[in-house]
Amino acid sequence: MEKTLPKIEIIEKYCKGCHICVEFCPKDCLEMKGFYASVKNLEACIKCMQCELRCPDFAIKVITE
Amino acid sequence: MAFDYDKWIRPGKLPHIWCPGCGHGIVMKGLIRAMETLKLEKNDTAIVSGIGCASRLPGYIDCCTLHTAHGRAAAFATGVKMAKPEMNVILVGGDGDGTAIGGNHFIHACRRNIDMTYIIMNNYIYGMTGGQFSPCTPTGHKASTTPYGNPDPGFDIAKLAIGAGATFVARGTAFHANQIDKLIVEAIQHKGFSVVEILDDCPTTYGRRNKYKSVIEMMNRLKEVAVPVKAAEKMTAEQLQGKVLTGVLYKEENKPEYTSEYAKVIERASAAK
Amino acid sequence: MSKKVAFLQGNEAAAQGALYAGCNFFGGYPITPSTEVAEVMSVELPKIGGKFIQMEDEIGAMAVILGAALAGSKVLTSTSGPGLSLKQELIGYGCIAEIPCVIYNVMRGGPSTGMPTGPSQSDVMCAKWGTHGDHPAICLTPASVQETYEEVIRAFNLSEKYRTPVMVMPDEIVAHMRERIVFPEKGEIEVVPRKAPTVEPAQYKPYDTSYGDVPPLASFGSGYRFHVTGLNKMQDGFPTTKAEVVQAEEERQVRKVDANIDDIVTFEEYLLDDAEVVVVAYGSTSRSARYAVNAAREQGIKAGMFRIKTFWPFPDKQIKALATKTKGFIIPEMNLGMCALELERCVQGKAPVLGIFRVDGEPINPDQIVEKIKEVK
Ligand SMILES: Cc1ncc(C[n+]2csc(CCOP(=O)(O)OP(=O)(O)O)c2C)c(N)n1
Ligand code: SF4
Ligand code: SF4
Ligand code: SF4
Ligand SMILES: [Mg+2]
Repeated sequence: MEKTLPKIEIIEKYCKGCHICVEFCPKDCLEMKGFYASVKNLEACIKCMQCELRCPDFAIKVITE
Repeated sequence: MAFDYDKWIRPGKLPHIWCPGCGHGIVMKGLIRAMETLKLEKNDTAIVSGIGCASRLPGYIDCCTLHTAHGRAAAFATGVKMAKPEMNVILVGGDGDGTAIGGNHFIHACRRNIDMTYIIMNNYIYGMTGGQFSPCTPTGHKASTTPYGNPDPGFDIAKLAIGAGATFVARGTAFHANQIDKLIVEAIQHKGFSVVEILDDCPTTYGRRNKYKSVIEMMNRLKEVAVPVKAAEKMTAEQLQGKVLTGVLYKEENKPEYTSEYAKVIERASAAK
Repeated sequence: MSKKVAFLQGNEAAAQGALYAGCNFFGGYPITPSTEVAEVMSVELPKIGGKFIQMEDEIGAMAVILGAALAGSKVLTSTSGPGLSLKQELIGYGCIAEIPCVIYNVMRGGPSTGMPTGPSQSDVMCAKWGTHGDHPAICLTPASVQETYEEVIRAFNLSEKYRTPVMVMPDEIVAHMRERIVFPEKGEIEVVPRKAPTVEPAQYKPYDTSYGDVPPLASFGSGYRFHVTGLNKMQDGFPTTKAEVVQAEEERQVRKVDANIDDIVTFEEYLLDDAEVVVVAYGSTSRSARYAVNAAREQGIKAGMFRIKTFWPFPDKQIKALATKTKGFIIPEMNLGMCALELERCVQGKAPVLGIFRVDGEPINPDQIVEKIKEVK
């Protein structure tokens, strides 16, 4: 079965650059780019939603399907 | 699917006021997911807070929201609940607000076992006023008013709540974000006074003074100290040294709930008329 | 049908007045000499489906009534001196968040624990200046059991009409004396309902000044949801630090009372038409003053009494008018000259203001007042 990739949306006007999503992604999919979080490796994402759950600022959305 | 928080957030209110990495936002999201899980009716849900960073939470949520005075949330909320027992009443606030200036109202709300849920965000500090120690700051730690280390012993909020008569007491952490909504759901469903303590972080005023290099270190600490109650059962006292239990710590189903008891008072008084 | 008559204590009358006014929620903490109000409410409220709660302290009592008021109740708390001090922060909350509520405070000796069973009139300044910040203040000082009953009803009406806390402050003598009281029939005294919103919930703003200085107040759980805070707020209820908004809102809050002084202020003029000496009195002290005025008249002195019923807002206009045609004012009060200061402010040096001040827990007797009246030349 082919793996479907999520869409990861980072809302920069909400992101406060805290690194939480980046540090705790189990698959190292995210990185900080300048002040904001950004997607580094979407292919590795396992849609665990950890980043979305932990972002204190409503700034990251993992959209599946 | 990404969770639709916008349904519960008042339009135009984000970004919120909390600092980068402040756990209060994580707790607010947990509360929103819990309200969505329970399909709470916004018009019949009151969210009541005191004063402090944590107490700014109600302003963001599209319900009946009441930002009271420092420490007084439980007493205001008791008025709302007594007047309209059919409403869902949720209290939110910080450790200082709830256990120092508001400690009296807190223990009496526990004692009455009035059907409300209290989410207390324990970041071990008075965040809003710049990091003075709170009754939850651990002994020896630094705060702006304990420059030589805190001489005071701290409260164990959960034990305090249980001792005072709350009938549902749970603890989670801002790191264990996906557990927060589950604990709050159970707390709201419980009929009686329920307390959910969330161990939280204040990188700005607490982390900085206590040698946490970043919010990540603070999160890692929460990850390390938390032990689910089930797992703790299999651990030795030694292994539990320095750990904090998480999950549902206490539940009692038989203690009468206050508004139901008052309804009986009304029945007795009407009969005696 | 003849009217219902009873022999009641001031505090009991206060509770009965509250019930007449539609009070359905009481929160309090016991304190002498006000406790009878709580006791009567604990009996009567549940009979009509109302709620009574004894809180853990007076701050909690103030908080619980504000919460209940926001959920649509008509609320009362009762207390005395030390309790009034504790309530102050939240009285200010009631003022800024504009929440109708009635605070019944029986004045006993102070400061601190003072003289719990002794009468006093030393809380009148606390009624206006007790809570910090600029705010509206309404305070009624009844002088009899009947009047306590009626003034409590009026307090509820004023709190609804102006959406602000209102205080009723009998001294301990009025609160504890027993007198005949005639109960009004239902409907005989007007009861002012809360001004409810007429707009759809989505359009509702809790401080919408397009309705004038007193915006309608919705209640939690009625289909309207909104935000309430003790921070300076905008019309939609959310906090702001915008200078022009804060200034305008603060001014409006105070203006609710200041622009309606004639509607709020009540007083009694006793033998003032030809009076050369005016005794200004309030509460139980006015009972001695009336006696003294009569006694002075018998001795050929043209004395009269201006009885303050509404202490705040102060009857500036009336006192100023009297000052132009009076040889002297006498102010007997059970404190060290609180009303005297207000009098002096209004009299502006046009006539002497002579005080009789007692804080020994004893009432001021008519002879003392007659003697003072004679001092006016
Ligand atoms: C009566 C009163 N005393 C003191 C304060 C100042 N004050 C505001 S917030 C706060 C502490 C808040 O700490 P906490 O409840 O732990 O919330 P946090 O900011 O840490 O989230 C204090 C002392 C106040 N607003 N009111
Ligand atoms: S969903 Fe999980 S794997 Fe994917 S980016 Fe977020 S944290 Fe990483
Ligand atoms: S957790 Fe949220 S706020 Fe923090 S860096 Fe990631 S997206 Fe930005
Ligand atoms: S000061 Fe601390 S508690 Fe307040 S918003 Fe900042 S991080 Fe959060
Ligand atoms: Mg705190």
